[in-house]
Amino acid sequence: MGSRRALAGWGGTSPTVATVVPVAADDAVGRLVAEAPERGVLARGLGRSYGDAAQNAGGVVLDVTSRDRILRVDVEGAEVDVEAGASLDQLMRLLLPLGLFVPVTPGTRYVTVGGAIAADIHGKNHHVDGSFGQHVTSMDLLVGDGSIRRLTPHEPLFWATVGGMGLTGLILRATLRMTRVESAFCVVDTERCGDLDDLLARMAEGDDRYTYSVAWIDCLARGSSLGRSVLTRGWSARRDQLPARMRSRATEFRPHQLAVAPPVFPSGLLNRTTVTAFNEAWFRKAPRERRGEVQGIAQFFHPLDGVGEWNRVYGPRGFLQYQFVVPFGAEPTLRRCLEMLAESGQASFLAVLKRFGAAGDGHLSFPSPGWTLALDLPVGAATLGGLLDRLDAEVLAAGGRFYLAKDSRLPASAMAQMYPRLDEWRAVRAEADPHGVFTSDLARRLDL
Amino acid sequence: MKDAIGNVQRILVLGGTSEIALATVKRITDGRPDADVTLAARPGPRRGDAASALEGLGLTVTEVDLDVTDRSSYERAIGATFDAGRDVDIVLIAFGVLGEPELAWQDLDAALEMVQVNYAAAVGCGVLVAARLRAQGHGTIVAFSSVAGELARRSNFVYGSTKAGMDAFFTGLGDAVARDGVEVLVVRPGFVRTRMTAGLRAAPLSQTADQVAAVVAEGLRTRRDRVWAPSTMRWVMSGLRHLPRAVVRRLPV
Repeated sequence: MGSRRALAGWGGTSPTVATVVPVAADDAVGRLVAEAPERGVLARGLGRSYGDAAQNAGGVVLDVTSRDRILRVDVEGAEVDVEAGASLDQLMRLLLPLGLFVPVTPGTRYVTVGGAIAADIHGKNHHVDGSFGQHVTSMDLLVGDGSIRRLTPHEPLFWATVGGMGLTGLILRATLRMTRVESAFCVVDTERCGDLDDLLARMAEGDDRYTYSVAWIDCLARGSSLGRSVLTRGWSARRDQLPARMRSRATEFRPHQLAVAPPVFPSGLLNRTTVTAFNEAWFRKAPRERRGEVQGIAQFFHPLDGVGEWNRVYGPRGFLQYQFVVPFGAEPTLRRCLEMLAESGQASFLAVLKRFGAAGDGHLSFPSPGWTLALDLPVGAATLGGLLDRLDAEVLAAGGRFYLAKDSRLPASAMAQMYPRLDEWRAVRAEADPHGVFTSDLARRLDL
Repeated sequence: MKDAIGNVQRILVLGGTSEIALATVKRITDGRPDADVTLAARPGPRRGDAASALEGLGLTVTEVDLDVTDRSSYERAIGATFDAGRDVDIVLIAFGVLGEPELAWQDLDAALEMVQVNYAAAVGCGVLVAARLRAQGHGTIVAFSSVAGELARRSNFVYGSTKAGMDAFFTGLGDAVARDGVEVLVVRPGFVRTRMTAGLRAAPLSQTADQVAAVVAEGLRTRRDRVWAPSTMRWVMSGLRHLPRAVVRRLPV
């Protein structure tokens, strides 16, 4: 029924072997969970978490991607019921023509609704709309004994599951509040920022006028150019903002993949030299300032989805993503982290900076008010571990935290410090899954 | 669980008083000295000293009795370690005896003791540990072989023959368990100046336990299946293996 195979996160760094079982009907899922072996069970969607969150070494991993039906669409009420294996890509393709857009989208459309809830993902609109879990009005959760619970935001288990990394149970279905849009396009303003102060000032001053905002930072720029970046912000385009020729197909959404990366790239291709050249070219090509450009949703939100399996470019040794948030007021920490990174010469391809808004209610939800920085780093240099351990210390000392969906290397000791509601989460989880049937490599690493 | 950088949470050392193994543990935990380490060895002051030294670095140490001439002893040590606590990320197979080379090929007891410790027990532990790591779905075995196993030399060929056997076993084991998420690193050191070789004349390219440990740590980080310490030993031994036996016999190695 299942096959034993190696599973890794999107970063490809620490593969482990599990029994992978594709699942369809609810009762089959319930049976598999009730009969879980000693090393437990875990749901896996499209495998876009970077580290070990969707792995369960020696145990069972339920592949839920065939549970992808859209069960009900209420266009008037802007609400949908979906199976948790449905992807955001599917939702966009089917619902944008009806004028409905997902409430939150990360940098890729290839995540499942279940994964989006379990990681409580955020997007460019966090500062105004919050994280994904805040747009879920109910969900069905299959818990440790195989029974199904319907949860609403009034229940603690709901908020233990939002951001709970799949450890409270298996999300079967969810009801989502969608965002009404007039088109599948965005109106985008682009600005180049010469340094970090310039960037932070512009974001602090202007972000609230935009629905979507993010900056791409050149992490190799040092000295007076430290933090030089390109800030792109925008809104969903109204029909009357589109050029006349586009208005008749304003809500069409048919993005296509330009290419698929073959598995032939050596580790080390993305090194300091190549990444410096890329970052320079990319910074220069951005307009100094451009207002009101119309961009498609795929171009604005998911540029990397244009290349399938792009993680292969990092080669067989893989890469990790390092994402933290530090509270407002900790700007000196942010600066010090950028300085440490630039000085180390660790080649980070396009780091992303975003200003978070208010936190949600998830016990282990990552977003909290402040500045979040995310960077991709190739694994390889012997000095990388030490550098990141030093960055961890800076972030934790400033009251910051790390995003579990990206993490692949934090020690268990960091967990309680980052997530003060950890004990509350543990208590709720223990009630839903007293025998710890749901577990993962991330849970083992972080003692969750 | 081992993380993306190669930081580990738990290490089992079979042969827990081996200087090379202890240097290896220090080296692979030096970035984050917060791992659990189980030292399986004969009880006594040497094991106690080893445990204190590691505890002094911040590691949490558990001592377990191990007598590798007794099958039930190593079955118990491995079983107890895997049955409790976190997953074991790395197992070091680090026990061995150098023996008295001239006695070892002329005295039956001496010969069989060396075979039992260096080969039979290593294979036995390898079988048990591999089964546990496969069930776990991840883990790495580091098997300390020797360049002596690559070429039978007049001076220590019984030792060499036992290392040749265990080397072949762990090399093949690495292939057998690769699809189960388990990795095997076979380490082939040359002459290492340790307690085990005290009093012997150091061979060319001799090194310290720390130097071997650095090679092992780098091999783990880059996920190699074999390493030589020092790395030049690989080419030296390769060359020696191709010499006529009549020449090898006369070499002062």
